[in-house]
Order: sequence, then C-alpha cells, then structure tokens
Amino acid sequence: MSLNAFITEETIDGADEGPLAGRTVAVKDNISTEGVRTTCGSEMLEEYVPPYDATVVERLKEAGATVVGKTNMDEFGMGTTTETSAFGPTKNPVDESRVPGGSSGGSAAAVADGQADLALGTDTGGSIRCPAAFCGVVGIKPTYGLVSRYGLVAYANSLEQIGPIAPTVEGAAELLDVLAGPDKRDATTREVERESSYADAADGDVDGLSIGVPTELLDGADDGVLDAFWDVVADLESQGATYHEVNLPSVEHAVQAYYVIAMSEASSNLARFDGVRYGVSGGYEGNWNESFARSREEGFGAEVKRRVLLGTYALSAGYHDKYYAKAQDAREWIKRDFDDAFSEADVLASPTMPVPPFELGESLDDPLQMYLADANTVPVNLANLPAVSVPAGDVDGLPVGLQLVGPKFGEATIVRAASAAE
Amino acid sequence: MSETPVDAEEVRHVADLARVDLDESELEEFAAQFADILDYFDALDEVPEVESETDLVNVMRPDEVREGLTQEEALRNAPETEDGYFKGPRVS
Repeated sequence: MSLNAFITEETIDGADEGPLAGRTVAVKDNISTEGVRTTCGSEMLEEYVPPYDATVVERLKEAGATVVGKTNMDEFGMGTTTETSAFGPTKNPVDESRVPGGSSGGSAAAVADGQADLALGTDTGGSIRCPAAFCGVVGIKPTYGLVSRYGLVAYANSLEQIGPIAPTVEGAAELLDVLAGPDKRDATTREVERESSYADAADGDVDGLSIGVPTELLDGADDGVLDAFWDVVADLESQGATYHEVNLPSVEHAVQAYYVIAMSEASSNLARFDGVRYGVSGGYEGNWNESFARSREEGFGAEVKRRVLLGTYALSAGYHDKYYAKAQDAREWIKRDFDDAFSEADVLASPTMPVPPFELGESLDDPLQMYLADANTVPVNLANLPAVSVPAGDVDGLPVGLQLVGPKFGEATIVRAASAAE
Repeated sequence: MSETPVDAEEVRHVADLARVDLDESELEEFAAQFADILDYFDALDEVPEVESETDLVNVMRPDEVREGLTQEEALRNAPETEDGYFKGPRVS
C-alpha cells in the first residue's frame, strides 16, 4: 500500500557533478519549484505552478541532486500529524496505522521508506523534528537566518526555517552544507564562519561535552519515551559526556506564546490568498469582501481557518496587548532562559516528542490537545536556535527521538553530539 | 471558565474581519474550540514584562533595477485575466 508521501511525483534533474550527484531528494510542497506545482497541502493552491525556484531548490540542483517529487504536509504547515492535508494523510512507514508526525510528514516518511535518499522539510514549531522522531530518521532545524527562505510559502516567517531530513546525522549535515549560506533575496540570512563542513562535525566525539537536561521538558512525557531518553543519555555519558539538570521556567508558557505568534503571523501572511492572482476564485458576485470570503471558505481547510481566525482575534483592537504583546514578552523571556542555560552547557537534551506516534485520526477532533504535543519543540523556534532530532530507541516498536538544542549557529556542536547518539 | 467568553456571534465577527465565510456548523464548532484555546492562552497573563535586548541592524541593498517576472509569468496562475491584467471582483 502507498504511504501517500508525495503529492506530486516528478523528476527535476540537477547538475552532472556536485556534492549531491547521484542522490535523490524529496522536497516539501511549500517550497517553490519552477514549473512543478506547489500546493502547500491546500485546495487553495491545488493548481498553483510557481514561475521560479526557491533558493534552496537552486542550491540542490547546483549540488547535483535529483528532485524526485513534492511531499505531503499539513495544510500550509499547520499541524503535527500531516492529517490536515487536503490530499489525505500520509502513513507512518514504521507502523501504517500511525501518523508520520508533521507538518513535514511526507518528507520524513519518504526518507524512512527509502523513496528518497534525503528530503527538505520546514520547521515553524517542530515540523522537521516531530516527523523525524516519529519516523525514526534524523532532522535538523537550523538557526534562524542560516538557510534562505526565499521561495518558501510563508506561514509564520519569524519562526520558520527550511532544513534537512536524512537517514543518518552525517547525511543530514551534508545536505545542510549545501543549503546553508547567505542569500541576497532573503535579508534575514547571515554569513556564518564555519571551521569545517557540518558533515565533518559528525565525528562522534563527545568527550568532555556538557549536556544540560531541562527538567520542564521531561514533565508529562510518556514513561517509555523517558526510559529511551535516559538510555541514550547514559550512552553519551559512557562516551565521555557529562550531564546536569537545568531549569527553563519560561518554557511553561512556550506553547501559548508560540501559537499566538504563529497564528497572528499566519493571519497576515495568508491574507494574500484571495482567489485573484492565484488560488480558488470566489467568483464576481457581490463586493470584493464577499468574493474573497467565498474564495477562502472554499480553499482553506478547518485547521487553517481556525488559525487565521484566532490570529485575527489575537491582533484585533482590545486583545492585542492581552495576547500578542504578552506572547512577545514570553518569547524574550524564553531566549534569556536559553542563554542562561548555555552559559553552563554545550547542548540541551530532551525527548523530541513527549509521546510515541499517534494513531491515525486520534487527534483530529481536539486541536488544543494537538497543540500541547509541541511542548518540547516550539521553545527552540521562539529562541531562534538550532536543534536536531536523532533516533533514540523505541517504545513497543514505535520510534523515539532525542532532541539536542545548540546555541545560535552552533550546528556543528549538535551534529557532533547527535552523531555520538546514533 | 475563560475570561474571554466566545459565542457564535463573536466567531462570525472575527470571520468577517478575516474574510472567511463559515457555515452554521463551523460557527458552533469553532466557538466551543476557541473557548478552550483562549482559556489556555489566558495563562500568558502570568508572563512578566521583558525588555527586548536584541540589537537590530538594518540590512540595506542598493536600489537597482533587476529582472522580475514577465507579465505572462505573473498572470499564469490567475483564475481569470483580461487584457493582460488580473481580473478581480468589484471594489464597491
């Protein structure tokens, strides 16, 4: 049976030579590919064909990679299971009755199932790390500003980054080497000094590495997940690393702050979908507001409508200070807590997801429960930091992910630590 | 109980602001879900005021003419066009 990992299967050839020559890459369907439709998992963009490539797609081609298709995702990246896609859910290749995680579920499933050697995902609040954890593969969310977002269809642009998914840490790091670097077309990208390639950092040397374990990110986790987590921490200790507990009191507010900020940005970003330049037309009856409202009723699914409405509410007169301004305070507080933690630790470790993969259909009816599952991943986006999810055993055959968070532009450190945990 | 009660009328008002039509069943469903979600967001009240320490720097570039999309490329995804323009709904 098909996993439904791809929305569009189409081959895009890259250069004859390059660091990724001979390698196949699956690309999440919110990343623009010239001449190949890019749907964002939405009916709104079912027929949208970008007239240009995203910078990361240009870099893949120049590096010699062959793109094999566009992968399934939660609609506009809004979900933790890939079930909000207008093109149906993707199944988890490890257990087809389970979700692959989301929102980059198609990318992680394609890699785990061998349908692509590597994949691109995007991570706004965990959307690379969650599916990597649920499918038993490696995913890296880069520091904000390391990878260009030009050509990425925006959901919450102050939070999101494009990043690699691969079967191994070294493979993910090799792909990150191709993606990283400044881009004139994305003014938030930075030039970052690199001593060596990220792939070279995957040397497994953790002797003397100091690991902080934020106790708040263990609260409420599944017992089996915690057992797997402590096993891998013990394994890193046996290789010369040390660990100590740290406190991040601010992260108790991370899920609230994340959703308020992400929904607010989404309500603004998705205003462009009005059925005129692209998307589902709302027809020409009545005035323009009525036409736009019809276009958006038809083109958007329930989760997208929920987030656009809640974001509109959080930004509206009378509620802005209560929700949006407080969420920005929380974001600043979380950044400071991470800075303090990194004054005495090289990396921070936690389970990526507090639970094993959900059963298909389990979480669809209760959006708040789905949001709460993102507790360990969203703080990293709010603090603009890099993080990797690497396989760390299983619970009754279902994959568990270890999340390692690094300081700003500390990708080499988390790659090194993750390569020792594999 | 949430400090911010949400009923179907409130959802309809926000949906109008956001330019999203909803049917009756969606209005009822969203009202119940929004009450739960906003109740959870209310915990942000406990967050202290935090001054931003970020040093923001403007990133400038010279304002030079460069290649953009052709008119044909820009129009290619539009549901309807007329005489080389996007066709939109009436503005009044």
